[in-house]
Amino acid sequence: MTAALPLVLTVFVACAVEAVEALTIVLAAGLTREWRSTFQGMAAALLVLAAIVAVLGPTITLLPLTALRLVVGALLAIFGLQWLRKAILRAAGYKALHDEASAYLREVAAAKAAPVSPRRGVGDWYAFTLSFKGVLLEGLEVVFIVITFGANQHNLGAAVVGAAIAVVVVTVTGIVVRAPLAKVPENAMKFAVGIMLTSFGTFWGAEGAGVRWPGGDAALLVIVPVVAAVSLSYAAWLRRAHQLGGVASASQPQTTWSETEGVTS
Amino acid sequence: MLRALKSFGAFWYDFVVGDDWHVAAIVVFALAVTALLTHAAGVNAWWLLPLAAFAALAWSLRRATSGKS
Repeated sequence: MTAALPLVLTVFVACAVEAVEALTIVLAAGLTREWRSTFQGMAAALLVLAAIVAVLGPTITLLPLTALRLVVGALLAIFGLQWLRKAILRAAGYKALHDEASAYLREVAAAKAAPVSPRRGVGDWYAFTLSFKGVLLEGLEVVFIVITFGANQHNLGAAVVGAAIAVVVVTVTGIVVRAPLAKVPENAMKFAVGIMLTSFGTFWGAEGAGVRWPGGDAALLVIVPVVAAVSLSYAAWLRRAHQLGGVASASQPQTTWSETEGVTS
Repeated sequence: MLRALKSFGAFWYDFVVGDDWHVAAIVVFALAVTALLTHAAGVNAWWLLPLAAFAALAWSLRRATSGKS
């Protein structure tokens, strides 16, 4: 169990971040529209996600380990660098922080404006599709992480456990507070997940390409802190550049990334 | 049908590659060079992929903050 702890923790944090975003959408649909259709949409999305894990999980573990590590490592490294890029831009002030409270208000406004229309045995089709799409899209990233980490470590069960604990914790917290979890440090969590994905992706990808890491698996104990240190130094460097730029152009209005891009996950 | 296929492809492109395709290209290129060095030249190039990842991230951040991507 101790050996599976980093796997469970990585999947838990990644899944918790996505679950918080899904919860915001589900709450907006349920509280402003109708809970029954919202739960139906959520259940349908969870079924699709479970089917993807059930089909892809065992299939991907049949691949030869070298090919698996090369492909999965490349995907994880690309995926992780994407997360890190966004997290660094947010930390440095170039991109707006993901704000669950304002995301919730936007979803509520859209949900209130849409007409109620029953379809295919669902009382409120808008609530169903809003909930279905929100849970499915946020869940796909979790499924990707669960399958790639689980398959590479030959421990799909531990990865699923990490994801399930995160979903339960976020759902229970959401039921208790009955509001979007705006106080969750989402960017810090995304930063941490980006570091883990990039580190494991680099490690497995290079192994798949034929590299023997100095120290074997223990190399990860060096790779993770180095990736973290480099990423934090990039964030600090950009934050400083952003502040200096802000001071230099304080007399003129400046269009920043946060204004041009808006808030995206 | 074609539209559905296009949006399906666009979704997966956005999902995996994201905002800057250069990062994905650099990672794939670095992996290919690593495999070449390891198998063809007998060099254990464990250092190449981490360096390429840091360089790709720095370059992508620079492009993003200067409004080029």
